[in-house]
Amino acid sequence: MYRILDAQFIAPGIKRFVIDVPRIAKKHQAGQFVILRLHERGERIPITIESSDREKGTIRIVVQAVGKTTYELNALETGGAILDVVGPLGKPSEIEKYGTVAVLGGGVGTALAYPTTAALKKAGNRILTILGGRSRELVLLEKEMREVSDALYVTTDDGSYGEKGLVTDKLRELIGKGEPIQLVLAVGPVPMMKAVADLTREHGIKTIVSLNPIMIDGTGMCGGCRVLVGGKSQFACVDGPEFDAHQVDFGVLMQRNRMYRDAEKESLERFQHACEGDGQNGGKCRSGAENAAPVVIAGGKP
Amino acid sequence: MSPAKEASANPVPMKERIKIPRQGMPEQAAELRVMNFTEVNLGYSMELARQEALRCLECAKPTCVDYCPVGVKVKDFVKLIVAGDYLGAAAKIREDNVLPAITGRVCPQEDHCEGFCLLHKKVDSLGIGYLERFVADYEQKAGAPPAANAAPTGKKVAIVGSGPAGLSAAGDLIQRGHQVHVFEALHEIGGVLVYGIPEFRLPKQVMREQIDTMRKMGVEFETNVVVGKTVSIDELFEEEGYDAVFIATGAGLPVFLNIPGEHLNGVYSANEFLTRINLMHAYEFPRYDEPMVGLRGKHVAVIGGGNTALDAIRSARRLGAERAYVLYRRSETEMPARAEEVKHAKQEGIDFQVLTNPVEFLDDGRGWLRAARCVRMELGEPDASGRRRPIPIAGSEFEVPLSVAIIATGTSANPLVQSTTPGLKTNKRGYIEADSESQRTSRKGVFAGGDIVTGSATVILAMGAGRRAAKAIHEYLNTGAW
Repeated sequence: MYRILDAQFIAPGIKRFVIDVPRIAKKHQAGQFVILRLHERGERIPITIESSDREKGTIRIVVQAVGKTTYELNALETGGAILDVVGPLGKPSEIEKYGTVAVLGGGVGTALAYPTTAALKKAGNRILTILGGRSRELVLLEKEMREVSDALYVTTDDGSYGEKGLVTDKLRELIGKGEPIQLVLAVGPVPMMKAVADLTREHGIKTIVSLNPIMIDGTGMCGGCRVLVGGKSQFACVDGPEFDAHQVDFGVLMQRNRMYRDAEKESLERFQHACEGDGQNGGKCRSGAENAAPVVIAGGKP
Repeated sequence: MSPAKEASANPVPMKERIKIPRQGMPEQAAELRVMNFTEVNLGYSMELARQEALRCLECAKPTCVDYCPVGVKVKDFVKLIVAGDYLGAAAKIREDNVLPAITGRVCPQEDHCEGFCLLHKKVDSLGIGYLERFVADYEQKAGAPPAANAAPTGKKVAIVGSGPAGLSAAGDLIQRGHQVHVFEALHEIGGVLVYGIPEFRLPKQVMREQIDTMRKMGVEFETNVVVGKTVSIDELFEEEGYDAVFIATGAGLPVFLNIPGEHLNGVYSANEFLTRINLMHAYEFPRYDEPMVGLRGKHVAVIGGGNTALDAIRSARRLGAERAYVLYRRSETEMPARAEEVKHAKQEGIDFQVLTNPVEFLDDGRGWLRAARCVRMELGEPDASGRRRPIPIAGSEFEVPLSVAIIATGTSANPLVQSTTPGLKTNKRGYIEADSESQRTSRKGVFAGGDIVTGSATVILAMGAGRRAAKAIHEYLNTGAW
């Protein structure tokens, strides 16, 4: 069991956890993830590490409730515990001095982009950050990202905050203005990452995306997380999770992420139904997503 | 090899022994067992065990022992069964094999002990595996305490991986008085024995009991540690104070066929398919959270002819697959699976399409598997493996309608430990180089064995490597000589 030292909602349906897991904290590098299993009947899900504290032996993760397991996880509070946490898995981000780097974070993807952005900033890069979300409350980690950015832009789908539009609109504008962007890092819903890849391909700008396919063991043993990159099978857990966006077959990724959509929906509905009849045990089901926008299982709008 | 002259507790005259037929293993009826995951083999009764044990010719130089990768003293333990001393028989096996309840169930005895049994020259070989299992199960039911360990040596050994190689080494090392700590990447102990081998062949309860016994012997287990990621081999020595490390991480990454359509939904690696079922209980969805593709009424095929392939397709059958095929590119003679598994699979209605190889997986237009296009094969000259090479027959292509295809054609080396351990030599296929006798690697104090050295093999071969490693580690810890 791994203790949850702190758990706070940072947006509707999105919660940040501090977990006591010294072995992982000690080894974590930007870009890596953990796999969690909540209880004996739980599934294993990959979650990117937002940050770690070697001294305290803790890691931070940010979780958006989209399916049964993440709803259940987000119902856990400070002082609770997670049965299994394993990691840090995946290859760390390649941190170099590229020059000017544009970082695009979509929704909860921003939490995943944060550690790599901070490392890129530290390596001497000029960071232009574009944060996107469906609405104001889904623009995450603005304060943290601002601290590691030279300029920061916000776009929202509904125009409730920053500029109305998509992160790709802003990126297109920056490229048009002649910003000398050497690298783009895009982390967010799959359609967003695909749109970014299509845009930067036209301009020949190297682009990295962090993929989050269905995964079980996270050590390369099962091959469930295979993605088609440059026409070859790669395992996101050991070869990734970051890949050259221009080589990724996003169509296959989206198709494979839909594989269990019906089961995922059923599982979530059963969970929520059980929660409705769960009057005296109210705490267990408070995932904080009650006020959130409708659930989208396999990525949202760009 | 000649029948023994020494005194025997066996009342049956030597000439009569060969006339006793091999005692069949009571098993669950095929039509029942395709509807459940309960063990197929039910185990010998005391009477059957005695009757079978009476068949042993008690050879002066028992070849069964020579051909056992861990050197179980077969003749001696069988004699103890004849004498009715079942706990004595169990203790005798345990001198060489810490997991008798497991090997008695999953070992390919026909390739080892039973294949070299003197009886086998004229009649059926002695049922050594069945007897081993009987004795192990008896011991478990009796709740016999494990044998005492040697006095503590104060030396610490880290074992990376809790599969058959790791467990076998752990058992031998703890008995020699060393402190033993086993790291496991997954959330359950047992490696391939829990994620790979299904309940109907190796019940989880049997695994748990074997692990409990090892805990009682003093072996420490730590789950959720991916050595190479969570902690490096160097850190185990420098920061955690280990005196030796045994790497037993298993084979690793599943190999795909590299044919079109392999990314379609419904195409699984056998490792993923079996892990979902065995480790994650996906077949009990939604009681368990991990989902899998529904198989009831579906057409399912496995590609490959090893034990993993049969485990996968027999699991699919139990989950309601209406048609369940084995597509294997060579003939049944070359099939590497255990003979008993092939027999059981056929009883369960598995359709063996041998000399058949898929060349493409076809899309239903919505990203899901619709069929496999296959080609028939014929056998040519022997290849590097010594088996006759399969050659496609031109113009023989045909389609097999399928909803699910499971690829069980082998694995390649998992690089996680090698890539984070400077100075650890690997071969050109990425497996760790280790001495075939001492299991020593190119790094002082580091030993390796099992599939991570040999590539995919069997449980008993991995256990043999674990034993050799334990012996060499013990010597190294005593002498310090490398």
